[in-house]
Amino acid sequence: MPRLLTKTRFTAFALSFALVFALLFPLTGRADSKIRIMTATTDLASLAQEVGGDKVDVESVARGYQDPHFVDPKPSFLLKLSKAELLIVVGLELEIGWLPPLITQSSNPRIQVGAPGYLDASRFAKILEIPTGQVTRAEGDVHPLGNPHYWLDPDNALRIAKGIQNKLSEMRPNDAAYFAQRYDAFEQRLKQSDEQWLAQMKPYAGRKVVTYHRSWPNFAEHFGLNVVGYVEPRPGIPPSPQHTVELIGQMKREGVKSIMVEPYFDLKTPNSIARETGGQVVVLMPSVGGEKEITDYFKLFDYDIAKLKKAFDETH
Amino acid sequence: MKRFAVLPVLLLFSSSAHAQDATSVAIKRDVSPANTEDARMKALEAQVRTLAGEVTLLRSELKELRETKSPQPSSGPQVLLASAHPEPGMLPSSPAPAAAQVAQTQTFGGASGNAKLLNPDISLIGDFIGTAGHNKVSPERSLEMHESEVGMQAIIDPYARADAFISFGETGVNVEEAYVTFTSLPGGLLLKVGKKRADFGKVNTIHNHALPFIDRPLVTNNLVGGEDGIDDAGLFLSRFLPAPKNWFLEGSAEVLRGDSADVFQASRRQDVGVVGHLRAYRDLSESTNLDLGLSYARGHNNLGSNFLTNLYSGDATLRWKPLRRAIYNSFLFRTELFWSARDQLSAAVPNLFQTQHAFGMYSSAEYRVNRRWTVGGRFDRSGHATDARLTDTGFSGILTYWPSEFSQIRGQYRFGHLATGPSDFSNANEILFQFLFVMGAHGAHPF
Repeated sequence: MPRLLTKTRFTAFALSFALVFALLFPLTGRADSKIRIMTATTDLASLAQEVGGDKVDVESVARGYQDPHFVDPKPSFLLKLSKAELLIVVGLELEIGWLPPLITQSSNPRIQVGAPGYLDASRFAKILEIPTGQVTRAEGDVHPLGNPHYWLDPDNALRIAKGIQNKLSEMRPNDAAYFAQRYDAFEQRLKQSDEQWLAQMKPYAGRKVVTYHRSWPNFAEHFGLNVVGYVEPRPGIPPSPQHTVELIGQMKREGVKSIMVEPYFDLKTPNSIARETGGQVVVLMPSVGGEKEITDYFKLFDYDIAKLKKAFDETH
Repeated sequence: MKRFAVLPVLLLFSSSAHAQDATSVAIKRDVSPANTEDARMKALEAQVRTLAGEVTLLRSELKELRETKSPQPSSGPQVLLASAHPEPGMLPSSPAPAAAQVAQTQTFGGASGNAKLLNPDISLIGDFIGTAGHNKVSPERSLEMHESEVGMQAIIDPYARADAFISFGETGVNVEEAYVTFTSLPGGLLLKVGKKRADFGKVNTIHNHALPFIDRPLVTNNLVGGEDGIDDAGLFLSRFLPAPKNWFLEGSAEVLRGDSADVFQASRRQDVGVVGHLRAYRDLSESTNLDLGLSYARGHNNLGSNFLTNLYSGDATLRWKPLRRAIYNSFLFRTELFWSARDQLSAAVPNLFQTQHAFGMYSSAEYRVNRRWTVGGRFDRSGHATDARLTDTGFSGILTYWPSEFSQIRGQYRFGHLATGPSDFSNANEILFQFLFVMGAHGAHPF
């Protein structure tokens, strides 16, 4: 009996010791001049870098060649998240499978959902494919809030960058002028580049394409492509023989020659479709960092448009 | 950008709607019957005037924006907005519908706020298990709706979130977990309060439907309380610890009431249990990582307050998942070792107090062959907590098929060399199959 009591006391003591220890050595370091930003994806990281310049430290959780629906919530991300002052997410349930546990376990009050350091970029963007009427998973892994791949539209990039500028200015009012100037410069450069991209894509306006996943509606709308089918029978459902046959038939009927595939999907089915239809598989990068040379948001479109142009020229 | 025109317009609309609310409240408060009609008319007039003014303002603003920002014919949301503009004559009767229409047709931002309202994320996971073959030691029913687990998860307030998992089984309802997590504590502390699976090793923290096998390892049943494991009401405190470079260290300290299945039992209020856990994690490369853990649990057992059970465990997990092919190929190897020290009365000598030391372990591996198929295996070995001379051994082969992310079909062949006496064994050969289905909110993937 006395032995037990002593043990209970020991437990209480150990617990209070842990508490004191925790309070004595806080993990969160001193706030230095740079804003520590974590983003869910590399595209948001690139935009945050454009606006934040050398006043920010930006890192993305997901890599550019990774399927952003399926990211492992590794504890190594927790350390980075625990020190972040700002977390920028894609939203629209894109990260629903991995980000919520990371946010909770980061034990960082600044970046909890709804806190000042939590920024949902979808709030600023133009969202397509918002389902109307009843939404069921008979449609596959649908995103009830709309298509989350909205960053592939330069107009949306400006809107997101503006949102980031406002947020950064709010966090560091002293640097507001700097962020405003960075944004203006970015807007100017992006508009210039966008004109070139649009000009490059103009000859192919209305071109029919097939994509693997529904990653490209904003891209297609901006550059005037016409997505007529998908390799996946439903979002998130792997290709089925029956659907593939139907798709091949449709592509032959409509003369579709280009199959746009994200880098994280298997090329077996797209390749066989291409063989059957005399078309071509184009591995396009949906995100910054998909290839080594794609180091920022501008290079992402440079890369994708060059690839598309080449494919369109070769198949016609 | 031209589409930014929508933002001021929306803002103005919302402010006008607000103004209208304020007026109607003022009207309601005016109770004098003589004044009512007069005041109403006046209020309405004033309202019409302000709204009309606002519309003129908006129109001129919109025009200005169009002229300055988009020389080309406008498209997209602007058209929608323009069409949502009510004519001045319609104004008094239909300001509200017009605003609603704008809300419906605007495409900026997700519908997150409206679509979910304040409901928690609700899900139901059905777990159907069938068993065939023979097992004399622990026979299970041929077919059973093993568990229907309802999950409810929500953010409670800016400082906390809560998760509840209630499982409806064949024998009754059980609150598997229900806890609140305080996310905004100082000092990097994370506190969970409620009923929760304790952080004792790996398999103890995993819900049935998220296991890579149909059953639980033999050692769970023999030493760590069976299917429910160490799952108790208590306070769960954890924190990241300072670690060498590239390592992640996390410590947890948990105080439980002391009632967990058949492993711990609190006969008195002060018979609380404790669990301590230390986790070390390291990325070996972008696609490979190592996850190590040490755990300790202590509580009183079913023999009374003077009888303690101490449990120790060590776990190691090696994961491989190439990021470019994450949805097609992955590999996981895991081993957990358990030691149990249980105070009890000797079976051989009456009234002799003794501590029974038993050891158990399992090793499992799983390989994702492609997007839909996973193969796996598990080796089991475990003594009995009450009689360490009895040791069970077993192995399993597992095959899993995923029609989609939301359903799963699994088959498992299980062999058991189960002890029925110090040197008596009974062999069990069984085929298990399982159907899992997920309804509702998309839960997080376990890691």
